[in-house]
Amino acid sequence: MAIKLESKIPDGPVEQAWDKHRFDMKLVNPANKRKYSVIVVGSGLAGGAASATLAELGYNVSCFCYQDSPRRAHSIAAQGGINAAKNYQNDGDSIHRLFYDTVKGGDYRAREANVHRLAQISVNIIDQAVAMGVPFAREYGGTLANRSFGGAQVSRTFYARGQTGQQLLLGAYQALERQIGLGKVKMYPRHEMLDLIVIDGRARGIVTRDMVTGKVASHVADAVVLGTGGYGNVFYLSTNAKGCNVTSIWRAYKKGAALANPCYTQIHPTCIPVSGDHQSKLTLMSESLRNDGRIWVPLKKGDTRRPDQIPEAERDYYLERKYPRFGNLVPRDVASRNAKQVCDEGRGVGETGLGVYLDFADAIKRLTEGGVRERYGNLFDMYERITDENPYKVPMRIFPAIHYTMGGTWVDYNLMSTLPGLHVIGEANFSDHGANRLGASALMQGLADGYFILPYTIGDYLARTKLDKITPDHPECKKVEAEVNGQTKKLLGIGGKRTVDSFHRELGKLLWEKCGMARNKAGLTEAIEKIPSIREEFWQNVKVLGGGEELNQSLEKAGRVADFLEFGELMCRDALHREESCGGHFREEYQTPEGEALRNDDDFAYVAAWEYAGEGKAPILNKEALEFHAVHLTQRSYK
Amino acid sequence: MNIKLHVWRQKNGADAGKIVDYDAPDISPDMSFLEMLDVVNERLITKGEDPIAFDHDCREGICGMCGMMINGTPHGPRKATTACQLHMRSFKDGDEIWIEPWRASAFPVVKDLVVNRGAFDRIIAAGGFVSVPAGSPPDGNAIPVPKMNADLAMDAAACIGCGACVAACPNGSAMLFTSAKVAHLARLPQGQPERDTRALRMVNQMDAEGFGGCTNVGECEAACPKEITLENIALMNRDYIKATAVYRKERAGGD
Amino acid sequence: MTAIAAPRFLQSTVGKKVVMAVTGIILFGFTIVHMLGNLQIYLGPAKFNAYAHFLKSVPSLLWGTRAILFISVLLHVVTAVQLTALAGAARPRAYSFRRWRSASYASRTMMLSGPLLALFVVYHLLHFTTGQAHPHFIKQDAYWNFVTGFKVVWTAVAYVVCMLALGLHLIHGAYSASQSLGLRTARTAPVFKLVAYAITIVLVAANISMPIAVQAGVIKLHVPTEVPPVVVGVR
Repeated sequence: MAIKLESKIPDGPVEQAWDKHRFDMKLVNPANKRKYSVIVVGSGLAGGAASATLAELGYNVSCFCYQDSPRRAHSIAAQGGINAAKNYQNDGDSIHRLFYDTVKGGDYRAREANVHRLAQISVNIIDQAVAMGVPFAREYGGTLANRSFGGAQVSRTFYARGQTGQQLLLGAYQALERQIGLGKVKMYPRHEMLDLIVIDGRARGIVTRDMVTGKVASHVADAVVLGTGGYGNVFYLSTNAKGCNVTSIWRAYKKGAALANPCYTQIHPTCIPVSGDHQSKLTLMSESLRNDGRIWVPLKKGDTRRPDQIPEAERDYYLERKYPRFGNLVPRDVASRNAKQVCDEGRGVGETGLGVYLDFADAIKRLTEGGVRERYGNLFDMYERITDENPYKVPMRIFPAIHYTMGGTWVDYNLMSTLPGLHVIGEANFSDHGANRLGASALMQGLADGYFILPYTIGDYLARTKLDKITPDHPECKKVEAEVNGQTKKLLGIGGKRTVDSFHRELGKLLWEKCGMARNKAGLTEAIEKIPSIREEFWQNVKVLGGGEELNQSLEKAGRVADFLEFGELMCRDALHREESCGGHFREEYQTPEGEALRNDDDFAYVAAWEYAGEGKAPILNKEALEFHAVHLTQRSYK
Repeated sequence: MNIKLHVWRQKNGADAGKIVDYDAPDISPDMSFLEMLDVVNERLITKGEDPIAFDHDCREGICGMCGMMINGTPHGPRKATTACQLHMRSFKDGDEIWIEPWRASAFPVVKDLVVNRGAFDRIIAAGGFVSVPAGSPPDGNAIPVPKMNADLAMDAAACIGCGACVAACPNGSAMLFTSAKVAHLARLPQGQPERDTRALRMVNQMDAEGFGGCTNVGECEAACPKEITLENIALMNRDYIKATAVYRKERAGGD
Repeated sequence: MTAIAAPRFLQSTVGKKVVMAVTGIILFGFTIVHMLGNLQIYLGPAKFNAYAHFLKSVPSLLWGTRAILFISVLLHVVTAVQLTALAGAARPRAYSFRRWRSASYASRTMMLSGPLLALFVVYHLLHFTTGQAHPHFIKQDAYWNFVTGFKVVWTAVAYVVCMLALGLHLIHGAYSASQSLGLRTARTAPVFKLVAYAITIVLVAANISMPIAVQAGVIKLHVPTEVPPVVVGVR
C-alpha cells in the first residue's frame, strides 16, 4: 500500500502562497481552543516555541523532554547565529534573496514554497526574539548587529556572542516556563517517548517512560507534535548531544509516518579532530571562524614539520586556490569534502592525519590579538581547553564531523506527516533545507515552525477534524504500553557480554566510513549487508544491567541504539538509491571532472519518502516531485 | 594515568548512599572527565556492576546538564570549565578524586550523581521572562539597546542553569542563578515593565524552594562555569528592595 | 503554581540580609564612635573621666542610644540565627570532601566570630559598665576601672583576641553590607572593599593598642603631677 504524498502547497506564485494559505485555513474559535489538547515531544527551539505559543493561544499542552529541564535541549549548542532577511545592513538582502540562497544552498532538493515561507517569517522571528529579551549583539547606536555567515554574500546573521542558540532557546524556554506557571502547559521532564499511539488512523498520543521511576504510561491528546531533533548520533560520534536520538521519528515511521531523505546528513567543516578511542562526542566550533581563519595543509604529502616551520610557499590554501570567489567561505559540504580530499591524499595534519589547519596568523596581524579575541575569544578558549594548544600561537586543527541532518519525517506544507494528526517540526522533519543546510538557518527553521507556522496549521487540522474523546485506558494505549514494556523486558533479559556503547560505536564507525562524507555503491551495499548482523548480535549479546523501574541510563541508551540499528540501514538504502550527488549527499560515482557534486535533476529532483512495509520487508519508496518555478536550477558553483 | 576514585553511590532518593572507591587505571590525559567516567562505567558493566549514573548531554559546556563536585569544588578545579570540558590532563598520575553530587535540599538526589534541579525551572516560571506572546512585536530595531547594556545582559544571560552556584555556596543559596536572570532582563528595555514584579516573584519562589540565604562569600562566582558575577546579586537586591518599597496590589480586573 | 508577587520582605532571604546589613552598619558605626571616645584614655584620667561623665549626663541620649544598640544587636543576632538555620536546612548533608575557592576565612567564620562577639559584649558590659566582672570596680572612676581592668593579663589577652575576631567580623560584614543593600557595582566594589578594610584595620589597631598600652605601662594608674624623675645613665 503506497501512501499518497500530498504536499498541500498552495497554488499560485510562491510569494503569495503563505498569505493565501493563512487565509484559507480554518480557525478554531478562541473559546474552543481550551477544549483541545496537544502533545509536544521535545523542548528545543521548535518544540519549546510551539508549546509556548500553542498555550498562549489557549490550547492545553503537554510537553515532554528527556533532559531534566526543557532548557537543555540541544538547540542550546548552536553557536553562530540566525539568519533573517531584514536588510538592516543595506547590502541588498531581501526575502527573495534569502529564499533563493536557501534553495540554491540546499542544492535544489527543498520545496520552494516552504523555503519562501521560511524567508518571509525570518523577519518576524528576530522581532519576536528581541521583544522577549534575547540579548542580541548591538552596534554602538543601539541597533542590532549582523555578520556574514557560512558563505552568504550579505550580512544577515543575527547573533549573541557565540551562544546564539542558547539565547534563542532560553527565550523560548522562558516563554514556555511562563505558560507552565500559568498552568497552560504541563511539563514532563525526564520522560522519553517510546512509541506513538494511533487510533482510527490518527496520531492520538504517545507512550512514555518516566526515566526516574521507570513507569511506562500513555498520554493522549487531539494532536501530537514531534520536535525531537536530528539523528546525527546514528554515527555515534557527532556534534549532537549524547542523548539525541531517532527513537521518536523512527517509532512514528513504523506507525505510518514516512521518513524522507534520510541520506541528507550535514558534515560541519570546523570541528575539533578526534583524539582517541575514548572520544564520546565531537565538538564543533562556529563556522564564523572561517570568516577570518585561513584553511591550509602542507603541499607535500606526509610533511611532519611543525606548522610554523612550513614556509608560505609550501602551504596549500586549497579553498582559496580552488574557489577564488568564495575562498574559505564556501558552503559547508564543499569545505568538508575538500578537507577529506586533502587528507585522503595524505596531506592531513595532526597525529591521526585527519585534520587541516585553520590559521589565524594573518587575522592576528590584521586585527591584533585583541581584535581576534574580541570576535572569537570563547571559541579559542574552548579549543585550548580541549586540545591543550594555544590557537593564538599555533594554527587550529580542524576536521569535519556530522552535525545536522536535513532528512527526517516527511511533512506537508502544514508540517503534518503522512500520519494524520502527527506534526513534525524543526530538525526532526525533512522540510526546508533540501540536501544541505546553510549556516545560521537551523535556528531560523526551528523557531519559524514553532512560533509562526505550526500554531496556525494545527488549528486548521483541529478545526477540520472530528475527533472522538479518548482516555489513556483505551485498548490501543494498553496494547502499545505492553509492547514498550515487552521491549524493556527483552533488553534487560538478554544478559549478553557487550556494552550498549560498543554496539553504538561499531555501527557509527561503519556508517561514517560507508555513508559519511562520501559514499559509493559498493560501500553502501556492504553496510546494508552488515547492519542486520550487528543488529542481530545486539539482540543476542547486549548487556543491560539494572532494572526497568529505576533510573537506568544503560537501558535508555539500549533503546535508542536499537532504533539506530534499524534506522542506519534505511539511511544507507536511501543513499544507495539516490544515484546522484547533491548537498550533503556525495556519491563518488557522480562528480564533475573537477570533483564537484554532480546532480541529476532529470531523475532525482524528488523527495524520497520511505514508507514502513513491516518487519523484515524492504521499505517502500514514495516520491514527491519537486517543482521549481521561482528559481532556475543551476549547477552550484563557488568558483 | 592511574586514578583512584571515591564516588558517591546512592540507589535512589530513599537510599542513604555512601562513598565507594574505584580504581581507574590506564586513563588518557586527553579524555574529558566524563569520558573517564564512561570508561569506568564500561568496565563496571563488563564486570556486572551497576554503572555510575551521572547527568550529561551536550558535552560541550553549554547545556548545563552535567555537574558534580570534583575534589570539593563544583565541576572540578579549572576555572570557567564545566565537568564535561574538564580534561584529565588537569590531574596527575596517582591522584585521588572525590566525586559527589550537588548537595542541597532543593536539589534532591535522584541516583548517584544525578539530582533534581526542577527548582530552577520553577524560579524561572515565577517571573524569569518577558510576557510577550508570539505575535506582532515591534521591529527589532525599534527598541534600541545601548551596546554596553546588551553586553552586560548577555554576560548575565550566559547562565547555563547547571546549579554549580548552589552546590558551591556554603548556604545552599540560589542567589547567583536567580540574580543572573533578574539582571539579564533588568539590563534591557524589554525587561522594564515587569522589572519590579519579576524581582519579587523570583525571590519569593527561590525562598519557597528552600534555598539558603546569601552571605556574600563569593564561592558561587568562583565556581560558575560561565563566570556570572556577584554584581548581579547586588542588582537583584537593589531591585528587590526597590520593588518592596513601591509595591502596590494589582488592581482587580487586570489580566 | 503562581508565584506570589506580594513582597514578604522580612521573611525573605534578601530582606533578612538587609536587616543584617542595616543593623550591622549601626553597630559598626557604634564601634567607631566607641573607639574614638576610648582613645581619650591616652589624654589622661581627667579628660577620660570627663568624657565618661559627659556620656551619662544626658539620660535621653544615653538610653536612646542604648535602646537603638540593643534592638540592633537583637535583630542582628535573631536574623543571623534564622539565616543559619535556613542555610543548614538548605544543605542538610555536608560534602565528604570540600575545598574552598574564594571564600575568605573571615566570611566562613562569621558564625564563630559573631557568637564570640556576643559573649564579649556581655562580658564587656559586666566588666566596665556594671562592674560585676571587675575585681576593683569604682563606680565613678572610668579611668581607674580601665587601667586596673587591663592590668589583669588574661583580660588584656582576651580583649586583644576578641578585637581580632571583631576585625574579621567587620572586614567581611562591612563589605558584605554593601552587597546586601545592593550598592555594589563593578565600579563601587573596590571602593567599598577599601573603606571596609581601612576602617576595620584602624579600628582594631586602635582598640588593641589600649590594653597593650596598659600592659606595657604606657597608660599608668597614677600619673604624677610633677615632672618625672630624670632617668640617669641612659644617654
